[in-house]
Amino acid sequence: MQTLTINGSRHDVDVEGDTPLLFVLRDTLGLTGTKYGCGIGQCGACTVILDGQATRSCQIPAESIGDAKITTIEAIGQDAVGKRVVEAWVGVQVPQCGYCQSGQVMAATALLQQNPRPSDDDIGQAMTNLCRCGTYNAIAAAVRQAAA
Amino acid sequence: MNDLTPLRRAHATSAASQEPVRNLSRRGFLGAASGALILGIGLPVDPALAQAEGAAAIAPKPGTRVAAFLEIRSDGTVKLLSPFVEGGQGINTGLAQTIGEELDIDPSRFVVECAPPGPDYAVVNGLRLTGGSFSTRSSYAVMRRLGATAREMLLRAAAARLDVKQETLATNDGRVVHKASNRSLGYGELAQAALALLPREDLPLKDPKDFRYIGKPMARLDMRDKSTGKATYAIDLKVEGMLHAAVRHAPHLGTEPEALANEAAVKAMPGVDSVHRLPGAVAVVADSWWRARKAVEALDVTWAKPAADGLATVSGTFSSAAMLAALKATREPGLSAEAEGDVAGAFAKAGRVVEAEYDAPYLAHAQLEPPSSIARFNGDGTLDVWLPNQMPELFQSVAAKVAGLQPDAVRIHSPMLGGFFGRHFYYGSSNPFPQAILLAKATGRPVRVLWSREEEFGMDAVRPLGFARFRAALGPDGMPLAIHTTAVGEGPIGRWFGSIFKAPVDSSVVEGLDKKPYAIPNRRLDYVKVAHPVTIAFWRSVGHSMNDFFYESFLDELADAGAKDPFALRMALLKDSLRHKTLLQAVADLSGGWKRGPFQAEDGTKRARGVSMASPFGSETATIAEVSLKDGEARVHDLWIAIDPGSVVNPAIVKRQVEGAAALGLSATLLEQIVYEGGTRQARNYDTYPILDRDRMPRVHVTIIESGAPMGGIGEPGLPGVPPAVVNAVAVLTGSRVRSLPLAKEKLLSV
Repeated sequence: MQTLTINGSRHDVDVEGDTPLLFVLRDTLGLTGTKYGCGIGQCGACTVILDGQATRSCQIPAESIGDAKITTIEAIGQDAVGKRVVEAWVGVQVPQCGYCQSGQVMAATALLQQNPRPSDDDIGQAMTNLCRCGTYNAIAAAVRQAAA
Repeated sequence: MNDLTPLRRAHATSAASQEPVRNLSRRGFLGAASGALILGIGLPVDPALAQAEGAAAIAPKPGTRVAAFLEIRSDGTVKLLSPFVEGGQGINTGLAQTIGEELDIDPSRFVVECAPPGPDYAVVNGLRLTGGSFSTRSSYAVMRRLGATAREMLLRAAAARLDVKQETLATNDGRVVHKASNRSLGYGELAQAALALLPREDLPLKDPKDFRYIGKPMARLDMRDKSTGKATYAIDLKVEGMLHAAVRHAPHLGTEPEALANEAAVKAMPGVDSVHRLPGAVAVVADSWWRARKAVEALDVTWAKPAADGLATVSGTFSSAAMLAALKATREPGLSAEAEGDVAGAFAKAGRVVEAEYDAPYLAHAQLEPPSSIARFNGDGTLDVWLPNQMPELFQSVAAKVAGLQPDAVRIHSPMLGGFFGRHFYYGSSNPFPQAILLAKATGRPVRVLWSREEEFGMDAVRPLGFARFRAALGPDGMPLAIHTTAVGEGPIGRWFGSIFKAPVDSSVVEGLDKKPYAIPNRRLDYVKVAHPVTIAFWRSVGHSMNDFFYESFLDELADAGAKDPFALRMALLKDSLRHKTLLQAVADLSGGWKRGPFQAEDGTKRARGVSMASPFGSETATIAEVSLKDGEARVHDLWIAIDPGSVVNPAIVKRQVEGAAALGLSATLLEQIVYEGGTRQARNYDTYPILDRDRMPRVHVTIIESGAPMGGIGEPGLPGVPPAVVNAVAVLTGSRVRSLPLAKEKLLSV
């Protein structure tokens, strides 16, 4: 049994220590906004914010989390930056299938929390999640809009 | 999938009810489990047959029964049961606009769900499917009429309720208004009475000049949910008491598990419920998916040996290279797919003959949502299945076969798709739902099967590897006199719908090579079938995804051979089609005027542009790409695409779909290939099957030309022009012609 701090609440979870945070969120806690895409840290669909850093939750074993604070897409509206990002995403009409967009929104939120005025290069460095629908240009436009 | 267009329901029924579809049951599950599978069970049936199956099966005219589609609620919202499944293409919003226009209610108040199986929803020429870029164009007229029918019924119900003449009533955004008495009623208050009325069939539709919603760039209905993690996909669903299954498939398609060395030890792993052998796979059922996955990967499985050699099956030596070699070695004349003029005569007097061979690899769909399915047997003998799918009735019929039930005992739930691109048609053992059904049966519990990304890359049905051989004759003026094309291979239409579409030439192999708008007087197109042993699929833009690359690249070769500018040559060859000339000029204008290059860009890079045209899925496109070379790779800076789909419902959605299709086309051009060696696929995840990332995404500029021609498709047509436009630009920079994709296979060096 271990205790995780997720979206400001503490949750006791009974999982093997090597269980990736992704599956603790999705299957143990029912927080399915965070998506499974590749399981090897390539696609970024599982991105959450862990102690302020955009983090691919499929690469984080539950036993390694300790007291770190985890924010998932479910709490995006509770953060001022996150709210702006969501409004930009809706305003720019970013998603198509939408499956990768939780991760994209979390990556954008982490970027803007750390760097409120990112350059195009900064956006390129931070926004590395894959999108099979090809929404990359809309994503960049939305990040710029949220930063403005 | 253009072959679906002329399909008549009677034809589908008779073909389907008489003949099993060989390939549906040829390999994998159903071959082993249930013998012949009749595709027709999932197709609309004619009334005589339907009555034989009971009153519930009587087929209404699809798209006409208001109650089957619309639930007008008292809170002013409308729930639409859609014939189509939303997977990013924006169909839910487009339908809300189309119906809302005639019903007179703001589309933003629609809530759209994919309808369960039923004959009401067979609106694609008597079939029901989400694919072939058919959704909007096939249903536009019938969905408008549905909205108009519903509105008139509401007006009639209001006239009775208010005791006034119907013609004194008007509607205004979800309300029926009687101006004279200053009274009004919400649609929701009238819905029950309205739906009891007999619909009228003689209603006029709105004059397009009065459209409020159709043709407008309205916001999509699903944006907020998809931006906040609230959109629900198959993978997110949970059923009370459900167990989780993870599977491992045979390394060679078609082989079976023979022995499990450590079954007892695996069964003792945490959370494990049971261990199962499935056709072509092993499975572990557990109380969580992660535990099931760890357990199934710990299983020590001995698999049956594949055939030692050959291309008839996925043998121990099967490789994509050997398959391509076999296609190239095929020299049969084949079947005639198109013949015009005197090809032999033109070659006999040709000043010059140009020949080339082109190929394109197997491709994965690589949609971000890994496939999953949930099956639940109920106490009353029925079965519920939740699964990603593009054709609910067909999946219902297959699920019924697997479960040993009648189709009407199977409820199909079709959640939103986390990308599809053709992934979620029925492809035999490439679909997880039969496993979920078998495991639910075996365990007596609801079971969810989720394929890991590795299993998905191993089992995804692939875009066929394709090959075409060209020979062209040039006249003394350098203009093409004759072109002889041979397409070799197999397509998904022939594989999966072969018994319905009996045409000997598989349209999904030749589309993009045929019906070109160019005035080349002598043309011959042949098709030679060479079957693939692997599971092949529809993949966004199907045959066009490679054939337009082949043809439009070869056309540039002809331009070079005849010392013509490729843009000017196309313009000259389009002399008989104002529509195409207008489109080609539009893309040139969009790009600031045609220039081939090479030229130096402001950043000092050397760049060139390539041009192409395509006629996919009832629409027309013209594409220009601007490319430079860096570190041996092509860098695409801009794509300009002009699309003429005749007319559009939502120009904003159209532009984004074209951009998305272009991104997928570029991804395939630059990076993608499924490689088989030793009978197994080499790539098992995105690290070894790279797809287009943000860094490689070009600017995409789209212009829509509404020529007023019959409405064409949107989801796929943005793709086919991209590979040839990019490769034509690359040829300018390197001075050599790439005839085999992806570009990543070779280092590109500037001349």
